[in-house]
Amino acid sequence: MTWTWFHRLGSPPYIYRLAGRLTPWFGWCAAILLVAALYDGLFVAPPDYQQGDGVRIMYVHVPCAWMSLMVYTTMAVAAATGLIWRIKVAHAVAASCAPIGATFTAVALITGSLWGKPMWGTYWVWDPRLTSELLLLFLYLGYMGLRSAFDDLQRADRASAVLAIVGVVNVPIVHFSVLWWNSLHQAPSVMHFGKPTMELSMLIPLLTALLGFTLYFAAVLLVRVRAEVLRRERAASWISEVVRP
Amino acid sequence: MSHFLAMGGYARYLWPSYGLTLLAVVLNIVWARRLLARAKRDARHRIEMQAGRQ
Repeated sequence: MTWTWFHRLGSPPYIYRLAGRLTPWFGWCAAILLVAALYDGLFVAPPDYQQGDGVRIMYVHVPCAWMSLMVYTTMAVAAATGLIWRIKVAHAVAASCAPIGATFTAVALITGSLWGKPMWGTYWVWDPRLTSELLLLFLYLGYMGLRSAFDDLQRADRASAVLAIVGVVNVPIVHFSVLWWNSLHQAPSVMHFGKPTMELSMLIPLLTALLGFTLYFAAVLLVRVRAEVLRRERAASWISEVVRP
Repeated sequence: MSHFLAMGGYARYLWPSYGLTLLAVVLNIVWARRLLARAKRDARHRIEMQAGRQ
């Protein structure tokens, strides 16, 4: 097995150009899937026998919650890659993940709370799922705060990478909290072993939204990574080729 | 139409959820693009400065 692909992925000009080429593909596929999921979720999927039309909040809440965990995991893996192999591009990826993850974690919390009010009778409870998701938001904010506290980029990369890696223990805690502890929050009905415990008519818009949001994340991440790479590679000669006026 | 917008009485919880998610989706695109545009502008500026010095 050759490792050339791995080394190429660590090369800033290669990543810059590759990201630029891939962004529209991810972006347009995401746009199509998200519009389809929106239509399916609002018009086609049936109302729930208990929650009525309120169940449609699921089609935005679950994808946002999925983003919060998936983006954090990506960030931690990128940070670890940067730390272990000393790859600058990996640190650029990790740094680019944080603001995206933080927004969707906040939206997952707020949409969850808007769903909780009519179904549970309260906007907020200090429930294990809700509390660990709130902690996830603080991890993102802490990561971003820590990065901005350093003037030296390399030190910011290394210190924030350690935080990202340590914080990744919270990801399985968020996911399994509803099984490990008594929780008001319902148990997973898609991401668990065995068959999903959901009607196909509801599962399809949900899975479409999950895939759409994942591709959307890829597109936004790639744009941010390009910006981050440009900012970091101040002296490199290849930059004059890609930003020629 | 008003039946659809009422969402079986859940309108005041459902539409803010959808609106907020849409806002997050749009804002993340705007922020990322703005960041890239600024990085490109700065890089171009640096290159011009270097060329001016030589």
